[in-house]
Amino acid sequence: MTLRLDALGQRYGDHPVLRDITLTVPDGQLLCVVGPSGCGKSTLLRTVAGLRPAREGTVTLDGTPVTGVPDHLAVVFQDYGRSLFPWLTVRDNVALPLRRRGLARAERRAEAERILERVGLDGAARRHPWQLSGGMQQRVAIARALVCRPSLLLMDEPFGSLDAQTREDLEDLLLEVHRTENTTILLVTHDIDESVYVGDRVVVLSSGPGARVVLDLPVELPGKRDQITTRGLPEFVALRARVGRAVRGA
Amino acid sequence: MNGRVRRRREPWLGLAGALIAFGVCEIVGRAGLVRRGYLPPASEVLARAVELAGDRVFLNGVGATLRAWALGLGLAVAIAVPLGLLLGSLPVVDSAVRVIVEFLRPLPSVALIPLVSLLLGTGTETEVALIAYASVWPVLFNTVYGLGEIDPLAKDTLRAFGFGRLSVLLRVELPGTAPFIAAGVRISAAVALVLAVATELLSGFGQGLGIFIAQAELATDGTRDVLAGVVWAGTLGLVVNGALVWGEHRLFPWTPERQATTARGVGA
Repeated sequence: MTLRLDALGQRYGDHPVLRDITLTVPDGQLLCVVGPSGCGKSTLLRTVAGLRPAREGTVTLDGTPVTGVPDHLAVVFQDYGRSLFPWLTVRDNVALPLRRRGLARAERRAEAERILERVGLDGAARRHPWQLSGGMQQRVAIARALVCRPSLLLMDEPFGSLDAQTREDLEDLLLEVHRTENTTILLVTHDIDESVYVGDRVVVLSSGPGARVVLDLPVELPGKRDQITTRGLPEFVALRARVGRAVRGA
Repeated sequence: MNGRVRRRREPWLGLAGALIAFGVCEIVGRAGLVRRGYLPPASEVLARAVELAGDRVFLNGVGATLRAWALGLGLAVAIAVPLGLLLGSLPVVDSAVRVIVEFLRPLPSVALIPLVSLLLGTGTETEVALIAYASVWPVLFNTVYGLGEIDPLAKDTLRAFGFGRLSVLLRVELPGTAPFIAAGVRISAAVALVLAVATELLSGFGQGLGIFIAQAELATDGTRDVLAGVVWAGTLGLVVNGALVWGEHRLFPWTPERQATTARGVGA
């Protein structure tokens, strides 16, 4: 699914948040949006999700303007603890989006279990989210986002509150999912290393108010990405430095 | 961890407190500080209360009181929960009704007993109506408050999956508010018991725990029966509260205090 932002602007009252954002994310691309905290990254993501109407400019998906929440969309928020429903089991949390597709209960559960196995949580289906660690909870949120096979996946600092080891595991899980499903992904992060490691392309926003795009950089790294090898590559180091300078200079 | 230790100790402290209070009443009663007719020793009151457990007529009375209590409380929940959801989700309705609610709320329900008796007579209808009236408030306010406490992110999550307003209400707002509603019901359960007994006391005839107390009051040396009735009322309150607390823990195990102790149990 191709995502197009055309002269997108967003404001809270009189306070400008985003200004003149023009971007095209081609089908199947994993785009990372980086920027200093408070620059409006999350606002951008919520606008694309149709949760906030655009104040200026347009958002289109495959040529159709986004007016409400688009179909075939899934979102993963940073606060897994707040976006998972504590009264549902892990399996029922994951199966929830399937309710809109008119599947029978047994089918929904089977599908949820299949996807849980995929993210390495097949043993936790009958537990409740609050009985799991942070990393496992975020895996549940990712499984729930994937269960509908979305054409557009939006992730708002999905690994921001996890420890380093868990974060790396989940970055690799994301890369694997992206490789096999070929979903268009928009991932917002403040972590420069992460943006270069997972992204096909990195866009840097300036600090607010009225954030603009200050750098739009394709990420070309040789070979299959690997936490140890890739991060040591001279290409990786050079890209990271460019993104880092752009974020600082922003 | 701390919380757990404190919880474990509570029953002991509670029992110790009860025993001391019992001892003081017993001593005051037996030492002749007060005339026995006014304040019989605690052991005599307790013995009478236990004896009443075998009294068919008395038990029927307690049953009648509990029936009115359950009916009134049920009616209150049936009114307060939908109304609370409405007030909590529609600010316009909230502003429109707020003045009426704030006017009605501080009226002491017990003071309404004569008025409602005039309108509905002195039967069960009056009792149920008054119980319902008094019990509506805690449930109503807890529902509105709980709805306000729902995390906007949880609602956005559901909206982002394409669910509409009604689904958000049924799948996020209602289950998320349920623990608050349950706490409101627990508060109302005690209020309802007070109103049940008080209405019976003031209306004075028919059947019920309050009636038993009211009639004992008229008998010579009835203090012992009055107090035994009071012991029953207190015990009922204690049992109902205990059952509701237990139920809340079973139904809503994710509420913060328990979450903190369980979440650490499992590693990544």
